[in-house]
Amino acid sequence: MMNATVDPKKLIKGATGDWEVVIGMEIHAQVTSKSKLFSGASTDFGGDQNSHVSLVDAAMPGMLPVINEECVRQAVRTGLGLEAEIHLRSVFDRKNYFYPDLPQGYQISQYKYPIVGEGKVIVDLVDGSQITVGIERLHLEQDAGKSLHDQHPTMSYVDLNRSGVALMEIVSKPDLRSAEEARAYVTKLRTIMRYLGTCDGNMDEGSLRADVNVSVRRPGEPLGTRCEIKNVNSIRFIGQAVDTEARRQIAIIEDGGTIDQETRLFDPAKGETRSMRSKEEAHDYRYFPDPDLLPLEFDQAFVDELKSHLPELPDAKKARFMADYSLPAYDAGVLVAERVQADYFEAVAKGRDGKTAANWVINELFGRLNKEGKDVTTSPVSADQLGAIVDLISNGTISGKMAKDLFEIVFTEGGDPLQIVEQRGMKQVTDTGAIEAAVDAVLAANPDKAEQAKTKPGMLGWFVGQVMKETGGKANPQSVSDLLKAKIGLE
Amino acid sequence: MTDLTQLTLAEARDALRSKSISASELTKAHLAAMEQARALNAYVLETPDQALAMAAASDEKLAKGEAGPLEGIPLGIKDLYATQGVRTTACSNILGDFTPQYESTVTSQLWRDGAVMLGKLNNDEFAMGSSNESSSFGPVVSPWAPPEWSQDKLASALKGDKKGLLVPGGSSGGSSAAVAAHLCLGATATDTGGSIRQPAAFTGTVGIKPTYGRCSRWGIVAFASSLDQAGPIARTVRDSAIMLRSMAGHDAKDTTSVDRAVPDYEAAVGRSIKGMKIGIPKEYRVDGLSAEIDQLWLKGVQWLRDAGAEIVDVSLPHTKYALPAYYIVAPAEASSNLARYDGVRYGLRVPGKDIADMYEKTRAAGFGSEVRRRIMIGTYVLSAGYYDAYYVRAQKIRTLIRQDFENVYHAGVDAILTPATPSPAFGIGEMGASDPVEMYLNDIFTVTVNMAGLPGLALPAGLSAGGLPLGLQLIGRPFDEESLFSIAEVIEQAAGHFKPQQVWWS
Repeated sequence: MMNATVDPKKLIKGATGDWEVVIGMEIHAQVTSKSKLFSGASTDFGGDQNSHVSLVDAAMPGMLPVINEECVRQAVRTGLGLEAEIHLRSVFDRKNYFYPDLPQGYQISQYKYPIVGEGKVIVDLVDGSQITVGIERLHLEQDAGKSLHDQHPTMSYVDLNRSGVALMEIVSKPDLRSAEEARAYVTKLRTIMRYLGTCDGNMDEGSLRADVNVSVRRPGEPLGTRCEIKNVNSIRFIGQAVDTEARRQIAIIEDGGTIDQETRLFDPAKGETRSMRSKEEAHDYRYFPDPDLLPLEFDQAFVDELKSHLPELPDAKKARFMADYSLPAYDAGVLVAERVQADYFEAVAKGRDGKTAANWVINELFGRLNKEGKDVTTSPVSADQLGAIVDLISNGTISGKMAKDLFEIVFTEGGDPLQIVEQRGMKQVTDTGAIEAAVDAVLAANPDKAEQAKTKPGMLGWFVGQVMKETGGKANPQSVSDLLKAKIGLE
Repeated sequence: MTDLTQLTLAEARDALRSKSISASELTKAHLAAMEQARALNAYVLETPDQALAMAAASDEKLAKGEAGPLEGIPLGIKDLYATQGVRTTACSNILGDFTPQYESTVTSQLWRDGAVMLGKLNNDEFAMGSSNESSSFGPVVSPWAPPEWSQDKLASALKGDKKGLLVPGGSSGGSSAAVAAHLCLGATATDTGGSIRQPAAFTGTVGIKPTYGRCSRWGIVAFASSLDQAGPIARTVRDSAIMLRSMAGHDAKDTTSVDRAVPDYEAAVGRSIKGMKIGIPKEYRVDGLSAEIDQLWLKGVQWLRDAGAEIVDVSLPHTKYALPAYYIVAPAEASSNLARYDGVRYGLRVPGKDIADMYEKTRAAGFGSEVRRRIMIGTYVLSAGYYDAYYVRAQKIRTLIRQDFENVYHAGVDAILTPATPSPAFGIGEMGASDPVEMYLNDIFTVTVNMAGLPGLALPAGLSAGGLPLGLQLIGRPFDEESLFSIAEVIEQAAGHFKPQQVWWS
């Protein structure tokens, strides 16, 4: 197991020596579905307050939950994407507690028998190494509503639009050892779910939230006491929360104190974690099987059917890009990070040189999009257009330098690259007669320099530049160089 | 004109079809009887306008020959059933004047089939009780009165503290009383541990709790979800069969309801029981069972034998654990089901200094003592550290109880005959005041049936020495309500009908 040995680079230096941070995560991922887990109400984000609330979501007397099969399929798909064990029988339990945003007085969740068991996620780190993070389980549960504290001077309001929306809680094993690993793990998990179409991973809208469990220990020692940091809602904050909390714990232990097991909140503005409730104050949730719902059962054929329709997942795609397009691991990794990016690349690379296509997609396109705050889905340059540019380079119609100008024109003005090249006379001159005339003219005008160049081949570059100027930049630099060499008598 | 409230449901249906009576006059007769009987407190809400409009619509349908199976039949609805636009409280203060925007599946099926709603019937608060005394609307008085009491004594008790008058059973006490007092032709009821069968036994009426999953629970205020089941109370076996056919059926909105065709139950009434095997469980011969109940049971055995059934002794060894296990499972589910009554969205809200204070004040004021007791029991048995010792063990007992019945049915038994209750009706205020378990023991013969999810039917089979109705219970195979109707009809034919004294409550 990759995580069994301690990597000294990941240790945190304390006043009294090195510390290892141990992190496990519970990710709450909103299931992509039209309607809620147990009701027909819409899951659309941003509706008017309490406009997506069914009688079930509002917990009216006598209302009963009915499982939304699409949510079950999404959970199974996600489990398959995590290479996890799918449980053909699982049970919905009630987690009982009182809160105004929880209309039933209980959340329907899965406690003892989750729909998905153990699995794993392979995570790429910046230095090119990989870690394997174990998945403990994935279960389905209802989201709560939202309390609004800023609408009335003395009262709180409740918006139940989210009440009953399906969440997948994905619990990792304590396999993460640094803030970077924690961030990379969530990023990878999000990528997998986006490939699967099971969670949009939109953290701004709350579609993905993390509870981060952090503890510290001396390398090689047993696990320390953990604290759970609740509801961290951005990948950047996850990293900050881990570092902040680890340092807090190390400081306490190094001061001779002990860590109390508790639930904490991360305050990004102050850069600190704060106690929310201690273990003693923890709720007794009185879990028991929900008597309104039969155990959730399906057969292996149901799972196999879903499996047969799964898309190619990022790890497999990366391996294929490396093999089929001869891409380095880094490039392949960048391209597969988002399915739309990978699809875009493949459209550009199809029937073309993979490495050239990758360079153009990653360096030119992504760079330019980034500058504009855009992404592939809103790119002004389509894969067909970029492919046409790549074609114009490889067939020698335009130079690399011209290609960059052409790309900029297509990016800002649009249009068919081939037509632009023709209309604007951007074609590089490959007609040796015309180039030869220009070369002769330059040599004739600079006889001294031509003489010197015979012994100083470094001067060739100056001549190439002069010829390019003469031809208005349209000459093929390679042809110019070849002709110059021949005429000057180099080689 | 004969008193139309004296008709049975089947007779009224036939009279409506033959146009010898109209739905409107039938409904008016019942509305008049209800008005006369307000002192019984069977109805917590009368809906005369709705009733007359529905009856008029039924008359139109009858005239056009488009009558549904229950066209024009006036019924009372237990206040646990959500009725659209009509106050539904489960007889609890916590629901206040809650008026649902939706109609329960079972009642909507009754209206689909042409029935007329007379009003909402009293019950124990959230269906928790066996005497209808825990209702926020006060107790229901049984139309059966102590026979030795004079008319004057009855009248003054009815006006006064009601002490000594009899309970109609519970939790469906409004239903049983209204049916027995001819304030409707039939009533909906619900049964979690005996709440249909015990009130039927106390009032000389017929009640059936069908197999779990036979009727949809959607729109019925939940008490204990894994045990609750809807069913009818009516005056005859045939009437209850007619009602159940309309009430039963699969509902996609209730995942625990079963997708299975609903038979014509009425056709089973009068069917021969020759050759049927009837089991007599020895474990129901409990210590202290009164001689008159034992005699009644023996009479029932003899009637069935006379009709050609084979009587066999059977054993249901885990019976004695049923009541304690039930009082773990039912309160556990109730404690969770009743968490939604929190003062936030509907019903009662008592303001507090913060949210926890509001919850506490609202729930303290909104729930009666029996409901609070069961919430506390349920919360306790589900708590960390006690869950395995109570809830998990109770569920294991439940499995054993179910297996007991499976073994008996597997051996070829068609139905089981038992007493319905250990005693006849008792007086208002007499039971359970000092020891709630005393009240819980009323369900000793009925809870096993809920724990096993089986159908159970109670019907009157005789009178006690004190002149009060005594009932027998038939327990059937899963989804074999038909056999219960066939067997019950034999008992009904032999035992006859039991009517309370003349109208003494008006």
